Amino acid sequence: MTTSFALNPSMKLADPFAPDAKKAPTRDGWGQALAEMGTENKQLVVLSADVSESVRTHWFEKEFPSRFVQCGVAEQNMASVAAGLAMEGKIAFFSAYGVFSPGRNWDQIRVNIAYNNLNVKFSGAHAGITVGPDGATHQAMEDIALMRVLPNVCVLCPSDEKEANKAAKAAAARKGPVYIRLGREKTPVFTTDATPFEIGKINVLADGSDVAIVACGVPVFEALKAAKNLAASGVSAAVLNCHTIKPIDKKTLAQYAKKCGCVVTAEEHQITGGLGGAVCEALADECPVPVVRVGMPDQFGESGGGLELMKHFGMDAAGIEKAVKKAMEKKEKNR
Amino acid sequence: MSAIRLNSISDLQRKANDVRADIINMLLPAKSGHTAGPLGMADIFTALYFHTLEHDPAKPQWSGRDRVVLSNGHIAPVLYAVLGEAGYFDKKLFSTLRKLGSPLQGHPHRGALAGIETSSGPLGQGLSQACGMALAAKMDGQKHVIWCLTSDGEHEEGQTWEAVLLAAKYKLGNLVQIMDRNFIQIDGRTEDIMPLESMAAKYKAFNWRVIEIDGNDMKAAVKALDEARTNAVSNPDSAPTIIIAKTVPGRGVSFMENKYEWHGKPPNEEEAKLALAELQAQRAKIKA
Repeated sequence: MTTSFALNPSMKLADPFAPDAKKAPTRDGWGQALAEMGTENKQLVVLSADVSESVRTHWFEKEFPSRFVQCGVAEQNMASVAAGLAMEGKIAFFSAYGVFSPGRNWDQIRVNIAYNNLNVKFSGAHAGITVGPDGATHQAMEDIALMRVLPNVCVLCPSDEKEANKAAKAAAARKGPVYIRLGREKTPVFTTDATPFEIGKINVLADGSDVAIVACGVPVFEALKAAKNLAASGVSAAVLNCHTIKPIDKKTLAQYAKKCGCVVTAEEHQITGGLGGAVCEALADECPVPVVRVGMPDQFGESGGGLELMKHFGMDAAGIEKAVKKAMEKKEKNR
Repeated sequence: MSAIRLNSISDLQRKANDVRADIINMLLPAKSGHTAGPLGMADIFTALYFHTLEHDPAKPQWSGRDRVVLSNGHIAPVLYAVLGEAGYFDKKLFSTLRKLGSPLQGHPHRGALAGIETSSGPLGQGLSQACGMALAAKMDGQKHVIWCLTSDGEHEEGQTWEAVLLAAKYKLGNLVQIMDRNFIQIDGRTEDIMPLESMAAKYKAFNWRVIEIDGNDMKAAVKALDEARTNAVSNPDSAPTIIIAKTVPGRGVSFMENKYEWHGKPPNEEEAKLALAELQAQRAKIKA
């Protein structure tokens, strides 16, 4: 028994499984977007905390040195300086590794940026388990939770380099604070210039009727792989790219929960407080169905290769497939 | 209405006396809040808002205004008092401090009230925001001055020193910090809790321009503020300036002066009555 797997044509995706598929990290898309926007948007300023090349703000620095502020190893100061710039009409972008920003400067983001609802757009780079060999200290597995709980803060987690570029541009155009989660690992680029991107709107990458896999970031590609594999064993899985964790697209989530009867969430983040938590909250309000969450189960990571760790902690396609079986069993039991 | 500018020291002293009475009258119905810090800084705030500052209470969003960033937000009553006295809002609002629905939040909130530039309360964050404002002014070629009011206690926060480094690096000559050096914090004397001396030597080592004054001497305050503003306007690309203002916490009310116990509590009815009587007596002694 098999069912067919097909990408949603209206999403205008490139073949994610093509052997020659381009691979690039999401941080590149963000960095290019800043440099691209700098020419037209004279109010755009960028701040760094000694990691400009790593977080790809060095491209902006090279083009617009007078609008680049190097804060040194001082993430707390960077967040508050950005707030000061935004209060004077600037659109302030800043970035550092997710464990430090928003990890170390949560208070500054809360009081200086979120409470004042300022035009500050900031990314936590090297987020998730895929940062790999640096180990648990450098693996931001809690940043979505930290940012999602703050009023006024919009939370984005793009799934590939192209989408990260669009996310940075959408953030600049949106009023108020936006957090963007980025990764270091090169992953397949399967969205195209023609793929839609709207903050707060889930992209249904593949339709399905047995289970809805809701993913964000690097695991979106793993979800596509899982859906393809599941089709071969007769399971029809929808793949929802939930690039906006806040405000979450309740409507599409409820629609697919109703249609499929069970949901799997996939993220490289703690299973509490992140995408999985957000989806459970939304569905509890709108359409309660069994949800199985793939992610870090309330523990710290360790050193290893990025994709090797995804596999080790069950966040890869195989882990998602396992979760799908569990979710479908729960659905059957509830009938 | 444009800004009230007082030039005689006795007029400024009388205004500071009004401000102190406002603080007591505000804190009594609030039943919580900080008393010592606001009283200690009343002279500095009066000199700033009624003499040196470039501002217009009728146009609080005027782009050419000097910016005032209050970093140690817990001394909000003194800021509210000078803003009300200057005409930013109706002084009737004083009695709503810390009450539900009031724009006079326990700690200042940007946008809640005309004249409030930033939200503050968590210590050590104001100087960084002031740096951001100073950078923006320089990027845009604007000539206004950014004033940042800080406390000595918040120099125990690491972030303050991150901002001190950045201000010197970017030669934020358009930034003037005024530190309330009152030697007290919640748990006791600063030099017992965490020794901070020498503040002047520290700032000099961090490449700031340092001015030290008695922050309760109106004549000295006016002179220092005027000098700092003139320098900030004419040398915006030079070293940032700090005025270390030694103040007496609780100044003006004898039983509150230099008592760290008065850092974080309001007067009760009896204490407020005594305080206001003392202030009234001092007012009579101010020379014309």
